Amino acid sequence: MNKVYDTCDAAVTGIFDGATIMIGGFGSFGGLPRNLLVALTKQGAKNLTIVANAGGVGFELSKRIKPEGYQDSGVLYENGQVRKFIGSVPALGGMPPTAPLEKAYNEGKIEIETVPQGTLAERIRAGAGGLGGFYTPVGVGTVVEQGKEKKVINGREYILELPLTADFALIKAHKADTLGNLVYKGTARCFNPIMAMAAKVTIVEVDKLVQPGEFDPEVIITPHIYVDRITEVPR
Amino acid sequence: MKVRLDEQTIALRAANEFEDGSVVNLGYGMPGLCANFVPEDRQVFFQSENGVLGYGELAPDEEKDYELINACDQPVTRQPGMCFFDSGISFDMIRGGHVDIVVLGAYQISEKGDLANWGRPGRPATGMGGAMDLAIGCKKIIITMLHTTREGKSRIVKECTFPLTAKECVDMIITDLAVIEVTGQGLILREIAPGWTVEEVQAVTEPKLVVSPDLKEVEL
Repeated sequence: MNKVYDTCDAAVTGIFDGATIMIGGFGSFGGLPRNLLVALTKQGAKNLTIVANAGGVGFELSKRIKPEGYQDSGVLYENGQVRKFIGSVPALGGMPPTAPLEKAYNEGKIEIETVPQGTLAERIRAGAGGLGGFYTPVGVGTVVEQGKEKKVINGREYILELPLTADFALIKAHKADTLGNLVYKGTARCFNPIMAMAAKVTIVEVDKLVQPGEFDPEVIITPHIYVDRITEVPR
Repeated sequence: MKVRLDEQTIALRAANEFEDGSVVNLGYGMPGLCANFVPEDRQVFFQSENGVLGYGELAPDEEKDYELINACDQPVTRQPGMCFFDSGISFDMIRGGHVDIVVLGAYQISEKGDLANWGRPGRPATGMGGAMDLAIGCKKIIITMLHTTREGKSRIVKECTFPLTAKECVDMIITDLAVIEVTGQGLILREIAPGWTVEEVQAVTEPKLVVSPDLKEVEL
């Protein structure tokens, strides 16, 4: 069984119109599967639902984060490939309202579901772990509780949150072995390991590919059974 | 002379609240500056939502390592004992009450301690990020902010009109004019900026302040 793909373009084949896609990372550059995102724009799947912590800022505004600029998920909204975004920071208040997702939203082209960040993480874990949901105190008394079941447990109010899963996850890890075991680097871990576990097909971009046995089993963060496709983008 | 505390001084005052051994999360903007003002005799473990515990001071921007940043995208420095984890574990820490103090910014705080710090008028797509989880889960919530809006209106209000982050969660407010404790008995004015009178601070604060019998100039 070969999980290794020569290019990002090859690794994103089969992503279909209407798919739900989780995109790893946190918000800016570190941890983002940037090369897979670019490949997805070329691949062209449409009507997508994106699950990601942040909506990205697009290439122009990214220069405020990294002077030479970089491509984030903003390019998907610019391309009109996305129907719905689910995440905790669709737009950054510190950036002008010209980021691609915010622009598309203000033009009525995209639906947004805003989820508290910890609730987002837990919904993904619930989906990954086969749970039907969970009760959380986060969002009680705010707009987040609207339309949700409430329950008092041990005298405290909670709201019911439902699991999230995806058809595909685009993940950035530091290294993989050819079986698919993953290790991450620094704060670039963030949403990557939990999203890798919550998708039917998990596609991973790594800085370096190694042979099985090269990792100390004690340091592996994502076990290989969660990984379907790996592509190396050396840096 | 009448002085409004600058951002660095507000952050310095907030950092004075960090007890030795405490786990502290710093929000976007002014709160992030607190990382550089930990009193020398205390060890503090900074936690950040993106999955790091125990980072050091902020690093210079020109040495930015994009795989060693806090949740506000500021580069941070390594420190012995620092560790990384995923977003799920990070919010287990936050929601589960394992973070002692969070310092956040705010648009409005009500006299009961309701916090509004994410929804901006005219920007419906801005999200709450981790603020709701932090406001619910952390043991002590300190707000650093400017006392009034650009138009001179009080950010401390009777009822928040901006979207709430969480109800009755704020413990302490540190502004350019005052240090205020939020209690069941109301807003206690504990410290006041140099040169300001109680009446002057009250005049730019919508709810009635209760003046502490130990009221003093802001302690740095």
